[in-house]
Amino acid sequence: MSYMEINSGHAPSGFSKILYLNWPVVLLLCAISCIGFLMLYSVAGGSVNPWLVPQVKRFIAGMTVLFFIAMTPIWFWRNVSGVFYLGSVLLLVAVEFFGETGMGAQRWLDLGFIRLQPSELTKITTVLFLAAYYDRLNLEQTSKLLWVLIPVIIIIIPVFLTLRQPDLGTALLILLGGSAVIFLAGVHWSYFAAVISLVGALVVVVLKAQNTKWALLREYQYNRIETFLYPSSDPLGTGYHITQSKIALGSGGLNGRGFMQGTQSRLNFLPEKHTDFIFTTLAEEFGFFGGLSVLLMYAAVIIFCVLSALSNKDRFSFLTIMGVSIIFFLYFSVNMAMVMGFAPIVGVPLPLISYGGSSMIVLLCAFGFMQSAHVHRLR
Amino acid sequence: MINSTDYIKDKVRGSNRRALLLGGGMAAVLVTLGFRSHFLQVREAEKFRLLAEENRINLRLIPPVRGEIFDRNGILIAGNEQNYSAILIRDGIKNLEEVLRNLQTILLIPDEEIAILKGQILKNRPLIPITVAERLTWKQLSRIAVNSPALPGVSLEVILTRYYPRSTDYSNIVGYVGPVNEKDIKKMEEDFINGLLSDKNPLLEIPNFQVGKTEVESKLDRQLRGLVGVKRVEVNALGRVMRDLDRDESVNGPDIKLTIDTKLQNFVQARLEGISASAIVMDVINGDLLAIGSTPTFDSNKFVNGISFKDYNSLIENPYRPLGNKAIQGSYPPGSTFKMAVALAALEAGVVEPNEKIRCTGYIELSGRRFHCWKRSGHGNVNFHDSLKQSCDCYYYELAQRLGIEKINLMARRLGLGEKHDIPMSLVQSGLIPSKEWKVRRRGEDWRIGDTLNTAIGQGFVLSSSLQLAVMTARLATNRAVKPRLVKTFAGLELDPEAFSPLGVRSENLLRVQTGMYDVINSSTGTAYGSRIESQKMNLAGKTGTSQVRGISRSEREDGVALNEDLPWKQRDHALFVGYAPFKSPRYAVSVIVEHGGSGSAIAAPIARDIILAAQHDALPPLSAYPESQQARISSAFSKMVLTDPSEILTVKN
Repeated sequence: MSYMEINSGHAPSGFSKILYLNWPVVLLLCAISCIGFLMLYSVAGGSVNPWLVPQVKRFIAGMTVLFFIAMTPIWFWRNVSGVFYLGSVLLLVAVEFFGETGMGAQRWLDLGFIRLQPSELTKITTVLFLAAYYDRLNLEQTSKLLWVLIPVIIIIIPVFLTLRQPDLGTALLILLGGSAVIFLAGVHWSYFAAVISLVGALVVVVLKAQNTKWALLREYQYNRIETFLYPSSDPLGTGYHITQSKIALGSGGLNGRGFMQGTQSRLNFLPEKHTDFIFTTLAEEFGFFGGLSVLLMYAAVIIFCVLSALSNKDRFSFLTIMGVSIIFFLYFSVNMAMVMGFAPIVGVPLPLISYGGSSMIVLLCAFGFMQSAHVHRLR
Repeated sequence: MINSTDYIKDKVRGSNRRALLLGGGMAAVLVTLGFRSHFLQVREAEKFRLLAEENRINLRLIPPVRGEIFDRNGILIAGNEQNYSAILIRDGIKNLEEVLRNLQTILLIPDEEIAILKGQILKNRPLIPITVAERLTWKQLSRIAVNSPALPGVSLEVILTRYYPRSTDYSNIVGYVGPVNEKDIKKMEEDFINGLLSDKNPLLEIPNFQVGKTEVESKLDRQLRGLVGVKRVEVNALGRVMRDLDRDESVNGPDIKLTIDTKLQNFVQARLEGISASAIVMDVINGDLLAIGSTPTFDSNKFVNGISFKDYNSLIENPYRPLGNKAIQGSYPPGSTFKMAVALAALEAGVVEPNEKIRCTGYIELSGRRFHCWKRSGHGNVNFHDSLKQSCDCYYYELAQRLGIEKINLMARRLGLGEKHDIPMSLVQSGLIPSKEWKVRRRGEDWRIGDTLNTAIGQGFVLSSSLQLAVMTARLATNRAVKPRLVKTFAGLELDPEAFSPLGVRSENLLRVQTGMYDVINSSTGTAYGSRIESQKMNLAGKTGTSQVRGISRSEREDGVALNEDLPWKQRDHALFVGYAPFKSPRYAVSVIVEHGGSGSAIAAPIARDIILAAQHDALPPLSAYPESQQARISSAFSKMVLTDPSEILTVKN
């Protein structure tokens, strides 16, 4: 019995698919993006330029792509996930050679019509490819060493390439997101126990290697870790970001200073106020309640995604939905932890709110895959 | 027919459990983030709000305008001038090189200076304004204005700087201002510790702020500065001012009128031109210092602008020492001008009868040493009156032996010698009136009778400044303890002249001294007869002094003492004169010291006469007051004098 036959009575077709989208997630994404628009308007000092207009354009483009991907059957995306993965890795390699430098890192690839940040793309293609891999793999082989090594390599390649740019945040996201997929695919616990203890050891080694010729990270990365650990040691130097971020956040209080009243961001005390640190502006202007509301909206997206994944019987779909939600979760939790002084500054934007083309479009694409899996699920 | 297993694979068993586990983990992280933001925004909110205010609000200092200094008639001596400076702010300049190149062609700045400027600009943060050119001329100003499109980031700024319109006449009275240095800050901190300042004066932190460095500008600096104002401004992270929040205005420094008369001061400086000399003109009634001459002089404006190395070196290397006021800072042996103190002390002590004759043979012998009179052949029998008129040294050797040093010391001090007079100028000297106790303390030697003899003729250890000699003369003229004063009005308030207490000497004794001084000038046998004033309304009484700066050995004396003209400048005698006029109702006291000038009667007395005539006749001595035989010579000398045209004096403030 073909899938078509199985589903002929259930699977939606044509434009009626739209009705079967996971609408709560779509609406939440729109709502979060709108909050982002408000904030970009505010940090620009009450102006739609220079950030709001491009952001809205990207949002519209991203939503269009989301719907297009969602309308396409999930098995098609499973079949092309290998091509996506390969393509994104090749782009990462291209960045290595032709990339443009921005903020001390090679991250952008200028394709003429679009400035692309392939590392953003890689997050989602890696997750998709891993899901496809486990979809193909026989269940008995899941925990065999050789078959565990292959997904590890799949993860390591983009992690290595993004680390070289260097983009610690993205590398971390790919690593954690990929590991989560492997974990969900049912690989034996013992592997994770081993890796976690290994990573623990590695962290120690990396920190010890500072200032030796075997230093594993760039000096600025060490600095970020150091200032994260001791932010008050140099409040105007490298600790500036963390200190100022906490000041802006804390000064918001319970109810905030009010829309467009945030002094710290308006007066430029906040670094990268429109990108990675936009949450501080939000929290300064809308206070604890505003910040908490955004956090709850993010949480709601995750909850709807997890519910959708649990109810989906298809292995690839399940892994894709979970992978997307984990990537999304990592985005905002790492960003928030960062601005609240819980994590080192690693350069992760606040999803859908921070200004930035690549991450907005890639995230909406990712939710396109999630929606496709949701629409085309077995009923 | 496609097998359905090609499309769907069932989920791995237990994967839902793992998904829930991950979900739980995510929930835990979310809860943590929620608590963290509660901690930061609710529990610590106050602390962070305070920190945010500190971030946002900046205090800016508003500099006060420095008080201006005028002469007694309201003529400006030290004023504030509007100056245009070109300021460059790097922020927003696309091509700094090009801007600097344009600036160079417009203002003709040398290459090296451009290189220094560039380094300075790049060293500072982009929003810090850098002064690229100061004191722009109108031509430079208009060229910058016209070329402003080629000079992005360059703006013009008005600042107030000190200027001295009559600088050379006043450079050694008012001094000059300059930028704040380490020393000024240290002094401020000391003042603060000693309780002279209620708080540390933040004025010194203002960039380009000027503080007084010498003389009146320095001594009255704290008053002249005024009080700093404060402006609270909201700034952004780069320090750019976004808006003013509130301000506490500054209080400008009070204006000051000195007692100096500009026209007279100008005359005195002109009269002393070309020699190394000092002169004081003092009002004997109220102690006003009408002129404080000191030559050579310099242009104090050069110091305000930042003096060039070359100019500074030439001032330092000048043997006549232009820097520093000789009338106040210079200490000289007073020579015979000291004899009034001894004479008055002797009369007061009753150790000599006015008519008693003391024989002068040209020298006296005392404990194996010879003490010479200036007149080798001696004066013969000399009474009190003639002793002053002819300045007989032997007479005073005798008086000294009868008096002893302590009585001489007391009278000298009563006349204001050896006293550090309280006027707001740099390095006011106390001079030196020796005593037995002083010699033991400072030299570790016992006082000898020879020391007393030397003191009696104003030699040996005695040192006085022009100011002290003028004060002494004023006291002799009035029988009052006249004190000098330099500040006439402060912030528009007339400072009441002090009522001076009586000197406490018997007036008949003083009259004898005064009569002696009268005859020094007006008797044909007086030492300064050549410098008499014919006009009865202005006539002069005084005393010459010629003080040695080197010892004269016996063998030299036998071979004939070398003439001053044959000696190197540094070894020649100082020429001194003190006097007052008019004799009947004294009004002005004058003292003149010409460093290594030669004899007091030939060099110092004529100068003093010109000056005191000027004081009595609106700064222009009337030719008719001079003896007829001298009028032609005096007239030609005056015609060579370069005086400032009074019409040039512009600013008059009442």
